[in-house]
Amino acid sequence: MKKTISRLHLSILMTSVVAGFLALSVSLAFAQHEDSDAMENDHLHHHHYAQLAKVPEKARLLRNPLESDANTTAAGRKLFEQHCAECHGDTAEGGKKAPNLRAEEVQEATPGTLFWILTNGVVRRGMPVWSKLPEPQRWQIVTYLKSLGPQQKSHDEGEGPSKTEHTQPRPLPRGRSQNP
Amino acid sequence: MGLNESMAEILPSLTSCQIKTLITSFVLYSFLVVLLFVRPADAQESPYIVTYDHYLEEPGSLEIEYFSTFGTQRGGNDFHAAWLEFEYGAKAWWTTEFYLDGQTTFNDSTIFTGFRLENRFRLLQEEHFVNPVLYIEYEQISEADKIVKEIEGHDVESDHGVPNAVARQGHNHELEFKLLLSKTFKGWNVAVNPLATKNLFPSDPWEFGYVIGASRPLALKASANRCNFCPENFIAGVEMYGGLGDTASFGLHETSHYLAPAVAWNLPSGWTLRLSPGFGLNDNSHRLLLRWGLSREFSGFGEMVSRLFGGRQ
Repeated sequence: MKKTISRLHLSILMTSVVAGFLALSVSLAFAQHEDSDAMENDHLHHHHYAQLAKVPEKARLLRNPLESDANTTAAGRKLFEQHCAECHGDTAEGGKKAPNLRAEEVQEATPGTLFWILTNGVVRRGMPVWSKLPEPQRWQIVTYLKSLGPQQKSHDEGEGPSKTEHTQPRPLPRGRSQNP
Repeated sequence: MGLNESMAEILPSLTSCQIKTLITSFVLYSFLVVLLFVRPADAQESPYIVTYDHYLEEPGSLEIEYFSTFGTQRGGNDFHAAWLEFEYGAKAWWTTEFYLDGQTTFNDSTIFTGFRLENRFRLLQEEHFVNPVLYIEYEQISEADKIVKEIEGHDVESDHGVPNAVARQGHNHELEFKLLLSKTFKGWNVAVNPLATKNLFPSDPWEFGYVIGASRPLALKASANRCNFCPENFIAGVEMYGGLGDTASFGLHETSHYLAPAVAWNLPSGWTLRLSPGFGLNDNSHRLLLRWGLSREFSGFGEMVSRLFGGRQ
């Protein structure tokens, strides 16, 4: 059945909706900016890693089925660069939006713990769930993360990624890869 | 209108049409300039074109998607409908989208048919046996819209046989609600999306429909090297969707239904290509709805916009 309304009403409605969308976008941008501020100002180091303690016991004890797979670390590195580096930094040293994955808390966590965090995300703190990656790919990322080892201690630790030393080489440019 | 009049006072030598073009160009170029400074992200997109799984856009990322639908039409002219999607991850639990729709009916005309605003909210923080996401969409489209992104109520092929000049006179202002239920296990994703739509004209009934989808990557393990043709870059699936009548006549009577195999190719450069030929399952359905799409995700878009509005560098 055909329904018509006046062009004036249509224009008003369309303008309102588009203006609303733009206002929403701007407010979201500011909200995100505030979130970043809150994260950067969060000096309670353990807050970043509190989720690790909430992983169920059964999940912690899961063994990495790809531990002995020869290409796992290289594949995990590729996946990390594709999906994780944007927030966690190119060498997992952390960034404005996400914590350092080479911190002791992460490196000492069991593979099962990291797998669970990757699968379930930390949605309220901005980390999406990554269960859309098949299980073997999530294990490949876990293997890569565990291969990094803890960050070398320096007197500037905790003040930002640019002032820390790294035990691993910088990632390769896109289009290339390197076996471990 | 008001903006155009204000601009006309400032720039009296320009016609209203030129001013509209100027404003549109300014908005488009500003948008493109912003995109130049954000980083393309590698995607792991599903092959679904109609189905939604429970995965939302990553926070701060913008995904721009173009989709086409070529449809055969008995008792009328075949058509090519296209839509452009801007999908933004506002939060890890909230994704918002803006659509622009248009279509070309062969031997008739090419027209803009309307826009849609969509929001998806993740209801549970962690992964569960089934993961629910609430979908709410407002759409303002003309009755000439032919993207056939969802089938609802008693939508049938003959609805699209009306000439554009007639069909575009009718407008729909609809609210659409979907419950997106999805689960991924052993590489398989299964998603079910029951939907209900209400045209905002009070006399119109609620209309219902369904979408079901399943998909899986060709390989579950990633290879060590970046490659275009690695099997894990390809995800194959199938979608089935159709109408379920309305509050006055719920059921399969005079409804249309489709079955559509689908494949997505996620390129390391960040582009995703999708292809899905959909086949009508009864006489009320188009015989063929051939769909394809191209998309690219830009991470850090929210941060970039934040900087433009005075945020920290």
